[in-house]
Amino acid sequence: MRLSIAALPLLALAACAATEGGPKPASDKPAAAAAEKPAKFNKDPYPSTYKPYPGQVTAVRNVTIFDGEGGRIENGTVLLANGKVEAIGGPDTPIPADIAVYDGTGKFLTPGVIDIHSHLGDYPSPSVDAHSDGNEATAPTTPEVWSEHSVWPQDPGFSRALANGGVTALQILPGSANLMGGRSITLKNVPSRTVQGMKFPGAPYGLKMACGENPKRVYGGKGRMPSTRMGNFAVNRATWQKAAAYKKKMDEGKAVDRDLAMETLAGVLSGEILVHNHCYRADEMALVIDMSKEFGYKVSTFHHAVEAYKIADILAKEGICAAMWADWWGFKMEAYDSVNENIPLVYKAGACTIVHSDDANQIQRLNQEAAKARAAGRRIGIDVSDEVAWTWLSYNPAKALGIADRTGSLKPGKMADVVLWNGNPFSAYTRPEKVWIDGALMFDANDPKRRPVSDFELGQPGEGDVK
Amino acid sequence: MMRALLLSAAALIAAPAAAQDVAIVNAKLVIGDGSAPIEGGTVVVRGGKVVAAGAGVAVPAGVERVNAQGRYVTPGIVAAFSRVGLTEVDAVSGTNDRSAPRTRFSAGLDIAPALNPMGSPVAVNRASGVTRAIVAPGGSSNLFAGQGAVVDLADDMDMVTRPRALQYVAFGEDGASKAGGSRAATFLLFREQLLAARSYARNPATLAEWGNDAMIQRADADALVRVINGTTPLFVRVDRAADIVNVLKLRQEFPALKLVLVGVTEGWLVAREIAAAKVPVLVSPLTDLPSSFEQLGATQSNAGRLKAAGVEVSVGVFDDDDAHKMGYATQYAGNLVGLARVPGASGMTWDQAFAAISSVPARAVGMDGSIGSLRPGRAGDVVIWDNDPLELGSRPTAIWIDGKAQSLTTRQDRLRDRYRVPQEGALPKAYDR
Repeated sequence: MRLSIAALPLLALAACAATEGGPKPASDKPAAAAAEKPAKFNKDPYPSTYKPYPGQVTAVRNVTIFDGEGGRIENGTVLLANGKVEAIGGPDTPIPADIAVYDGTGKFLTPGVIDIHSHLGDYPSPSVDAHSDGNEATAPTTPEVWSEHSVWPQDPGFSRALANGGVTALQILPGSANLMGGRSITLKNVPSRTVQGMKFPGAPYGLKMACGENPKRVYGGKGRMPSTRMGNFAVNRATWQKAAAYKKKMDEGKAVDRDLAMETLAGVLSGEILVHNHCYRADEMALVIDMSKEFGYKVSTFHHAVEAYKIADILAKEGICAAMWADWWGFKMEAYDSVNENIPLVYKAGACTIVHSDDANQIQRLNQEAAKARAAGRRIGIDVSDEVAWTWLSYNPAKALGIADRTGSLKPGKMADVVLWNGNPFSAYTRPEKVWIDGALMFDANDPKRRPVSDFELGQPGEGDVK
Repeated sequence: MMRALLLSAAALIAAPAAAQDVAIVNAKLVIGDGSAPIEGGTVVVRGGKVVAAGAGVAVPAGVERVNAQGRYVTPGIVAAFSRVGLTEVDAVSGTNDRSAPRTRFSAGLDIAPALNPMGSPVAVNRASGVTRAIVAPGGSSNLFAGQGAVVDLADDMDMVTRPRALQYVAFGEDGASKAGGSRAATFLLFREQLLAARSYARNPATLAEWGNDAMIQRADADALVRVINGTTPLFVRVDRAADIVNVLKLRQEFPALKLVLVGVTEGWLVAREIAAAKVPVLVSPLTDLPSSFEQLGATQSNAGRLKAAGVEVSVGVFDDDDAHKMGYATQYAGNLVGLARVPGASGMTWDQAFAAISSVPARAVGMDGSIGSLRPGRAGDVVIWDNDPLELGSRPTAIWIDGKAQSLTTRQDRLRDRYRVPQEGALPKAYDR
């Protein structure tokens, strides 16, 4: 696959790009939605205030490029301007004079990693009780809570994910104690005083749901429903039934008492909010698919999906993504049937394949997790190239989050969320050298000043250290 | 496909092989002692032990020859600090023998009879190249967790290489909560229990005289006597720089303590003190988050900085998963090689990094004369790899433990083979094996 070069707006941009502030996409989408249909309730009461940081017009040449959609360019060139990927192509790609040009010889350039499953900020470091804000484990369904109201922007984990993992966007989910844990939020991985300053402009909300052991253990342990898997389904179905009635009233223009929980679920039923369903076992995923059809919603992604390989054909047919670890297993019963080939088997079946972390450590090396999965696939004859495997790390998660039109691959006009690696990112010996978010250089391994240090780490041992 | 299935089934039911004499030739041979790989090397294993390894080693007559075809051949990985064999499914309590929070015993606990060599984590870890492990108990109701063992991961019933190979105790926040709520309580309880054990050693009747006021049981005292006199190494979990310094000072009163520090997240801040004390450390090297206030200085450069200061650094994976994923040791060691290329960071050379997951942990537990490298006299634990063992996704293609060829097939492989094509065929999947 070869990439076209978008050369047209090049010169115009180059003239003004040295101090560009970038476009201002914040909140366009919710505002437009509100204008179309006068909503009774504000759908975006905590709007994103994120603005791309200033960047320079930058080119990287002589670099191996994985474009994030399965394309590869040897000896490639990429040009970033005005916060966007301006051009991408081979050695002949024209670049303006008088801009920052990096030689990428021996290096690799990819779209930023997107982690679809993170609890940074809602289970931050240090993991003290005072910071434990990921599970509103007081009722089995809490679709009214929003993870963005728990995110602590000073979590040092964000900077580790940036500097060591090349993560440029991530979804922060509520935990899995509840069947319906609440709304998730997609963030740009930029340090900010406020969570609003991190919110990915215009990204759809998600609803975190959870199958299996956790909800029944948490609530069964409190002597209340659900205490079984059948209880899990009964509570879910009763809640969806209520949501369907609420939505019907809204659709008919009837007056309703505002119900924040129902508002989230109605958003799912109308397709505005995407379902991210923690679910390990194959048989449970198949039941959830039927439940989604019973109530008329769609599951975007099964998260953890340890047994996705057992129903990879069904996931492919239903168009549901599986977000997986490379090799986690054995920590609980529903993670017992893990296989190292889960990710490549799902890929081979033609289902949307995603590598996720759910972990403040592994978010720092999702590229390495993908490499392990790819190697396991190769051993059983599933040959996945480097550039195709990169779709598991950027484009597919972007698609599952509803932001693939803006980021997740290196296409002209898309956000310049880019990582320059000091070698092949599928090697254990490779680390990010530079990370750009919307064209702004947010990490540079060669420049200690381009290394974010959270408020928490200021004045502590190791402040500003390599981490 | 049917053929593959038959083969894997056969491999699974095959009886463990007897120790065989074997010579692996044409190897990219890694001795594991920090020396550089030897191209075209040979390792000879006889009677379960390495008898020769290097370039230009002659293969004795009658010894089976295995041609490694230029691939990496290494000693098996030694998991530096683990719970392999003590748990099958962590959240299924009946299978989980890591800790004994309600026992009245502590230092006297001995994990040996709790080990399950038939557990699937043994096979899964073995298939990733781990042949030996230092296994420690998780905890008791008291300060001391009990006695760990050095084990092998062979597919036979005899898992214990050395029982009671270590005593484990946590200081820092964990120790404080065990001791009654503060670090002061930890240090006092530690001292009082050792003094009680010393009195008991001098006069066993003292324990009976103390009656219900005794802080420890007879079995605990027996175990602690071996700690005081240095017979049993004392593995101490400790992370905060100040705690590390204070733990090193324990030898002022108990000079024979054979200390090994585990975790040591802020070790780089006191690297000179650790090096001067000649105390080896086991680190989980990618720990870089201030997960607690005793890990504020966490950095992936910890291992490299400690090594540069002259500390013996073993690499383990215990801050992530200490029972199921010991194979991460190679990945973590590879990351240390990568870190050496990052400006301002500290890592290790490839040779040092491999030693940190083989001979160095063996030395930390006092067993480098018998395991952890391919030097003559060591156990015949040998792995042929399909690629650079520190690279991602590299896997063993053959493993010997004590000179016995090992199965590489796991329960996970059987599941994979069953669902390689997920759709059911003429019969349900349950018939497909």
